[in-house]
Amino acid sequence: MATAAGTIAAPTTESVVWSWITTVDHKRIGALYGVTAFIFFLIGGVEALLIRTQLAVPNGTVIDAQLYNQLFTMHALTMIFLAIMPLGAAFFNYMVPLMIGARDVAFPRLNALSYWIFLFGGLVLTSSFFFGGAPDTGWFAYQPISSSQFAGSGMDFYVIGLMILGISSLAAALNFAVTIINLRAPGMTMMRLPVFIWMTFIVMFLLILALPVLTVALIQMLFDRQFTTSFFLPDGGGDPILWQHLFWVFGHPEVYILILPAMGVVSEVLPTFSRKPLFGYAAIVFAGIAIGFLGWAVWSHHMFTTGLGAVQQAVFSASTMAIGIPTGIKVFNWLATMWGGSIRFTTAMYFAIAFVAMFTIGGISGVMHASPPVDQQQQDTYFIVAHIHYVLVGGALFGVFSGLYYWWPKMTGRLLGETLGKWNFWLMFAGLNIAFFPMHFLGVSGMPRRIYTYDPNLGWDFWNLVATVGAFILALGVLFFIINVFKTQQREPDAGDNPWDAPTLEWATTSPPPEHDFDVIPEVHSREPVWYMRDHNMTTPDPEPGTHIHLPPPSYYPIIIAFGVLLLGLGPLSHLAVTALGVPVIIYGIWGWTLEPTE
Amino acid sequence: MTEEALLRISQRWARRLLILAPAALTILFAACSDPQTTIEPRSDMTEAIQGVYEIVFWLSMFVFVAIMLLTLWLAVRYREQPGREAIQIHGHQRLEILWTIIPVAIVLIMLVPTWQVIADTTDTPPENSMVVEATGKQWWFEFKYPDLGITTANELHVQAGRPVHVKLYADDVIHSFWIPQLAGKVDMVPGHENDLWFTPNDDSAREEAYLGQCVEFCGASHANMRFRVFVHDEAGFNAWAENELSDALEPTTELGQLGATLFVVRCAECHTVRGTAASIADFGPDLTHIGSRETIAAGILDNNFENLVKWISNPAEIKPGIEPENDIIDKDPPLRFMRAFEDEISAEDIQAIAQYLTELK
Repeated sequence: MATAAGTIAAPTTESVVWSWITTVDHKRIGALYGVTAFIFFLIGGVEALLIRTQLAVPNGTVIDAQLYNQLFTMHALTMIFLAIMPLGAAFFNYMVPLMIGARDVAFPRLNALSYWIFLFGGLVLTSSFFFGGAPDTGWFAYQPISSSQFAGSGMDFYVIGLMILGISSLAAALNFAVTIINLRAPGMTMMRLPVFIWMTFIVMFLLILALPVLTVALIQMLFDRQFTTSFFLPDGGGDPILWQHLFWVFGHPEVYILILPAMGVVSEVLPTFSRKPLFGYAAIVFAGIAIGFLGWAVWSHHMFTTGLGAVQQAVFSASTMAIGIPTGIKVFNWLATMWGGSIRFTTAMYFAIAFVAMFTIGGISGVMHASPPVDQQQQDTYFIVAHIHYVLVGGALFGVFSGLYYWWPKMTGRLLGETLGKWNFWLMFAGLNIAFFPMHFLGVSGMPRRIYTYDPNLGWDFWNLVATVGAFILALGVLFFIINVFKTQQREPDAGDNPWDAPTLEWATTSPPPEHDFDVIPEVHSREPVWYMRDHNMTTPDPEPGTHIHLPPPSYYPIIIAFGVLLLGLGPLSHLAVTALGVPVIIYGIWGWTLEPTE
Repeated sequence: MTEEALLRISQRWARRLLILAPAALTILFAACSDPQTTIEPRSDMTEAIQGVYEIVFWLSMFVFVAIMLLTLWLAVRYREQPGREAIQIHGHQRLEILWTIIPVAIVLIMLVPTWQVIADTTDTPPENSMVVEATGKQWWFEFKYPDLGITTANELHVQAGRPVHVKLYADDVIHSFWIPQLAGKVDMVPGHENDLWFTPNDDSAREEAYLGQCVEFCGASHANMRFRVFVHDEAGFNAWAENELSDALEPTTELGQLGATLFVVRCAECHTVRGTAASIADFGPDLTHIGSRETIAAGILDNNFENLVKWISNPAEIKPGIEPENDIIDKDPPLRFMRAFEDEISAEDIQAIAQYLTELK
């Protein structure tokens, strides 16, 4: 195989490490996303436990104010950008081609590039702890407290880290939007797409539209910090409120970026274990689209107390409450899916049912502070902390765990242990409620968030201690998951192709799937293709002898370009010469990428 | 353990939790008696908020209980049982219309009182309001009464039944002004002027202070930025105002007199004590009547001799983030933090200054 001038031949090595580094297989990239995100999830969890340890008793002395502020900022950044978002990415990387009946994503090398840029971005952000302190002004980085006057180098890591992560998400979003539009199997019409694919599809558009807003704001912030502009700084004529608008125009759709994939997972798990089709498929899909649209019209509810004025408060309270309508429709349809079913209580199903209940709690408290007057008593108190954790732990994270138990046999050929799984579930469920339900009470009795200490005479002692105990129970639940994974992986892979008798296409191939996903691209006749085949006594046809399945070869270029992007980013953190060095690396990567043979 | 055994256990626990629910509610309402409670309003503004909150709260409780019970019932009722097949249905149009209408109705019920309160609280303050200019600074509050000519810090005094119009400013970063029982939070944003107004209830006057706190993250000592609000009856308020307007008292003890001399040399750079030579600076808290305040260091410490000594000796130990390397001199106004005077003057001198401050009633 000839290679163009100055490029490297496609890797042919058998080495395991190199095969992972150069892989363009969506399943392996999904696994990389999953493992990396899970490690970041554990880091974010340790940050949370440190925070809760400090707050267990009044006037805590475990960590000091400065470290506390770094920890609560990094806990949010880690969980949002490095754990929940990429755990969603792990699922849609692994599952989208399998569920739509494709052999890979539209742009396999771009997919690898997304992963490596994500990894480097995550490392940049996390490494800030070792280079002069992590970001410490909250994940929302309000101005002017995040300006160079008030904040240290941690905020530069914030700007650069999030910009790098944004490139990763944007590339992935375009890739998967194109994949879902173009690579569906014959007969897989849009209204036959599994709901998980629909929710992923909506998330891709949210990412494509939201991340540029954040990137623009970050570039302005970078200029404010490095080149003495004053986009957001009042002393130079800028406006700190402008940052808030830009940040939340990104930040609120971001919430739906986190929760919609989990809603998709649950919409797969509930029908499978209720043994009946999803109730109100079209309503759930259109409610998802409605949430996606409305998600753009509510950002100012994060700013009700900034002195917006009457009209803005009235409009944004109406739009925010309106999001409760499609969300309510979804909840009712999920419950109706259980109605009349014959429910198998697997761990995946426990997590899915708990998702519906816990997410509903988060949704209800969200509607409460959609009312600006009520928000004046709840904003920036522990009531909001309770709210977001019911949405992101009880919602997004339970969705992720439901998906892990559901798809583990597909991904590894092994069923995760159900007994350990139940321990895993009940500990996490108990931990969630013990940790976060009391925070409603704390908020109502006036405890502000983001405070590293509080006085003993305010009536906050008892519930803070309870919340801390709950956080450790939650962590213990996660530990049971890790034990479960290690025990499961020692067993023989004996799950079979479709252990759950599930209806969607990924269960029509082997577990784990072959590198090319399907021997023969299946033809789809219904929304539940595997049940259709079962009920019509159809079998998967054998491939015609001699057919060649084209798969893209592995490539070095994704990691080379990702490394170039990393150098670009490291420049503003060290010396601009490093940025200059990144440019030729990226140009070389693009050169090789373009000329690389595809066979 | 079999699935059925697990189910039995979960059903048993579900029943127990239901019994516990009223207990949980009791605890929730016990939050009323906490000093910084948000649900025991003592002004027109917070009562208006409470009115909306109660509607929203009970609607939410209704939805919460309904959905939790429904989920539990569905899970138990439709669990796998021998001889029962799942019903293969895809949807039900009338049901789906019904549960679109229910949330729409709930939203409308919440929206109408919400809009009423928004209209009331963002209109214009009452004409006879007493104006207070409140400025958030890292990490304390300055309160100025322009009509009365009073400047004080961290302790706001108001009169029961008399409307207060608080103009909100910030010098450095964004802060927020919040007195849960008297005023819902409004942010203090540099470069902006925000307003809020409230009238403390006629019966809200009391000895004990109402608690306030900064609720927008503002840096290392965000947790240590608190303030107190005293609601007086008319006579009490006038007495307070009269005392505030008077010049500083002469120290009576020998130690206090030494402290007064030292104060002019060491402290006048930042702090004002009206009626003395130390009355030029205006960016540290005004200390003319600090001896009459209940707390020091923005509501962190009780105001007494020992705490004053501790504070003057090494304030950063009490309020992290005010180390001198965090000063921003080239700002307007400059941001300069209280220094650790134990590095500059003797323990005796610090005690003298502390004594002087306790006498500035």
